[in-house]
Amino acid sequence: MKKILGIFGLLVFICVATHLMSDRFLTEFNIENLIRRSALFGILSIGAAFVIITSGIDLSIGSVVCLIGCLLPWMLVEQSMPVPLALIAVAAISLVIGLTHGLLITKVKLQPFVVTLCGLLFYRGLTRGIVQDQTQGFRGDFEGLRALSQGQLAIPGSDFGIPNPCLILIAVALVAIVLLNFTVYGRYMLALGRNETAARFSGINTDRMTILAYVICGMLSGLGGLLFVLDVGSAQPVDFGNFYELYAIAGAVLGGCSLRGGQGTIIGVVIGAAVMQVLKNTITLVDYIPTNIEYAVIGAVILGGVVTDEFVKRFAAKRRSQLAKRTE
Amino acid sequence: MTPSPASPFLHARALTKRFSGVTALDSVSLSVEKGEVHAVIGENGAGKSTLMKILAGVQSQDEGEIFIDGKPITLGRVEKALSQGIALIHQELNLADNLDVGSNIFLGREPTRNGLIDSKKINTDASQFLKMVGLELNPRTLVETLPIGVQQMIEIAKALSVNARLLIMDEPTSSLSQLETEELFRVIAKLKSQGVTILYISHRLFEIETIADRVTILRDGKNAGHLEKANITHDAMVEAMVGRDISQFYAREICKPGDPLLEVKELRTQSWPQHAISLQVRAGEMVGIAGLVGAGRTELMRAIFGIDAAIGGEVVIAGKAFTHHDCRTAINAGMAMVPEDRKSEGLILETGTRNNIGLPGLDQHRLGGIFANSRQECVDAEKMSREMRIKSPNDLQPVQYLSGGNQQKVVIGKWLSMKPTVLLLDEPTRGVDIGAKQEIYRLMEELAANGVAILFVSSEMEEVISMSDRVLVMHEGKIGGELLRANASEESIMHLATGGQVEDSFSGEKNE
Repeated sequence: MKKILGIFGLLVFICVATHLMSDRFLTEFNIENLIRRSALFGILSIGAAFVIITSGIDLSIGSVVCLIGCLLPWMLVEQSMPVPLALIAVAAISLVIGLTHGLLITKVKLQPFVVTLCGLLFYRGLTRGIVQDQTQGFRGDFEGLRALSQGQLAIPGSDFGIPNPCLILIAVALVAIVLLNFTVYGRYMLALGRNETAARFSGINTDRMTILAYVICGMLSGLGGLLFVLDVGSAQPVDFGNFYELYAIAGAVLGGCSLRGGQGTIIGVVIGAAVMQVLKNTITLVDYIPTNIEYAVIGAVILGGVVTDEFVKRFAAKRRSQLAKRTE
Repeated sequence: MTPSPASPFLHARALTKRFSGVTALDSVSLSVEKGEVHAVIGENGAGKSTLMKILAGVQSQDEGEIFIDGKPITLGRVEKALSQGIALIHQELNLADNLDVGSNIFLGREPTRNGLIDSKKINTDASQFLKMVGLELNPRTLVETLPIGVQQMIEIAKALSVNARLLIMDEPTSSLSQLETEELFRVIAKLKSQGVTILYISHRLFEIETIADRVTILRDGKNAGHLEKANITHDAMVEAMVGRDISQFYAREICKPGDPLLEVKELRTQSWPQHAISLQVRAGEMVGIAGLVGAGRTELMRAIFGIDAAIGGEVVIAGKAFTHHDCRTAINAGMAMVPEDRKSEGLILETGTRNNIGLPGLDQHRLGGIFANSRQECVDAEKMSREMRIKSPNDLQPVQYLSGGNQQKVVIGKWLSMKPTVLLLDEPTRGVDIGAKQEIYRLMEELAANGVAILFVSSEMEEVISMSDRVLVMHEGKIGGELLRANASEESIMHLATGGQVEDSFSGEKNE
């Protein structure tokens, strides 16, 4: 809870600071766009959070975004596939990807880093091969489908609306919160992420839970890819979704997930993902921060965040042991 | 549920288990009556833990059968053992400490309502089980904030919550304080009165005298005896475990010690900063450090070697004085240390004897300042393998596939290749078979005869008594007393290790 407040404080601080430094921050267009981007990355970060909580990692998120983002328009436009069929195909591909990662990690006992690193390379290469490096777009068609990303829920009595991706994020986050905190599956993931032996000796099928985490991550990556391409309208197989896995992981880590596993809250992760997008926005808007140092700023902020967290933890542990000594 | 007089509650018949060629259990049988506290004892590597793991379904036996109430059962999975009412409480705690107490107790068996976890029910039920083990604790407390002793009780509460009829406790007191141990015994007595059967494994014979109704003794993976309540005495247990007269254990030749090679002056470790420790080991002398687990022996060794920074004091190695040294300095001054846990601290398990033995010498034998001298590495490894009689198919075979004894020889060989003048050994023969043990003793003896100063920590009484010229006994972070070879006996050591003075009466508690 304190962690969530901490990261929320950081978000508010960056927003206020940016507003003070640029009068373009608090414009309707910018805020709406920022919420949309934050929501899209939030979805990816929730997926990353599930694997990180089970003490795994998924480096293939960006490439899955690319695969789905290119295949959807390719299927609809080039292959003239009906919309429902294309959506089912997209969901099935994401599911199979997550399932494959999970099986390789649990049954073949490969390291998550290696499996998903291979995934990162494989899916991007596969996409480029399938679409022959051609940019895939909707060519001004499929307005109904694209409304899923581009539309918004108008707030009555104002001309401001909540972007649809934000509504989707809220739905995903709610399901994720229930899953992680109120069902046995979430409980098992938290337990196995911290102490897999303990989980196994409690009779938990840890393999199945790990696979579930990768399936969730695969599906959310696919959903992200779908929404990203519907939002932008076209996707270039060479760089669509590049580095998105790093944004997703960084958001999750900033939001309180420990790569050691067993730790993390969905709300924290969503805020963490938003911080990343606001930071990017800040760098674009504030004139005296050169745009080309974007990655340096983001890297420094994440590092600062985890260092602070580590010191807070040490301080707490020290106080605890002192307290224990005093009671002896 | 009630056992017929003919069949005991639990009967294991002729269990055999092999691990890659090593027979851990050789046709071991065990029979336990309902509602008794049955202790299983034996030296390290006698097969106690393997037996318990089979009974708890963590591993499955290669041969043999297990009966409960006379009916044959197959285990092999933890869930199956749990469904039979068998729960194992591990030597290392097995809690997910990021979760709260209630979640841990019901981990894997959460009550649900409408598909969601019923936290309210977990907390009320958990409170009940916590009360059974004497804990008044909010089940919403995070486990990581609780002391070890309380965590141990939570493990027991967890076992009770599966309605365990048989609780297997593997060294439950190894990390508990005296008070916590007494509390555990009260809980055990209470459980026993409720008809719960307890299989109790411990090295601490004193504890077994107190609580066990019957004792089964294992030695080298075989049954080595059985004691009924009336016959459970410390001596009887030691005799059955060791199976030989201690005085015959290893007859060492004594040589006259020379000048002091290692002097420790007023050294303070981080764990026991209030006690300054001084000691001296002379050339050709073998000094043993005895004491109970947690007495600060390993911490002292690590501070002497410079792995952990000392808070104050001085270490003099072969006449050169060091304060705040690190282990590189210590090695260069001629010191070497064989650490307590060879797998995590002594070996690089995935590489062969060549790279393991060659590792400490790489720095000295650099070619052109930066290149590793592979040829020297091979030569050293070859020489050491031959001298130490390390059995490995070749020098590239990963050492993880070698037996414990051979692994330990690799660790020792790795340091001997540096020709140390001061050798520290922490539990030099832990988990090593009898044959390799004798070889390691012979080697220590040879080194001492060649003028090496040896300081070693051991939890095995026989080892300390038969190998040491002098024994330093540690108790709660300080040296409680020193015994010369002539005065060192199991009783005198135990007496000092439990905080006794030289003239006091003593209990017969055995080390660990």
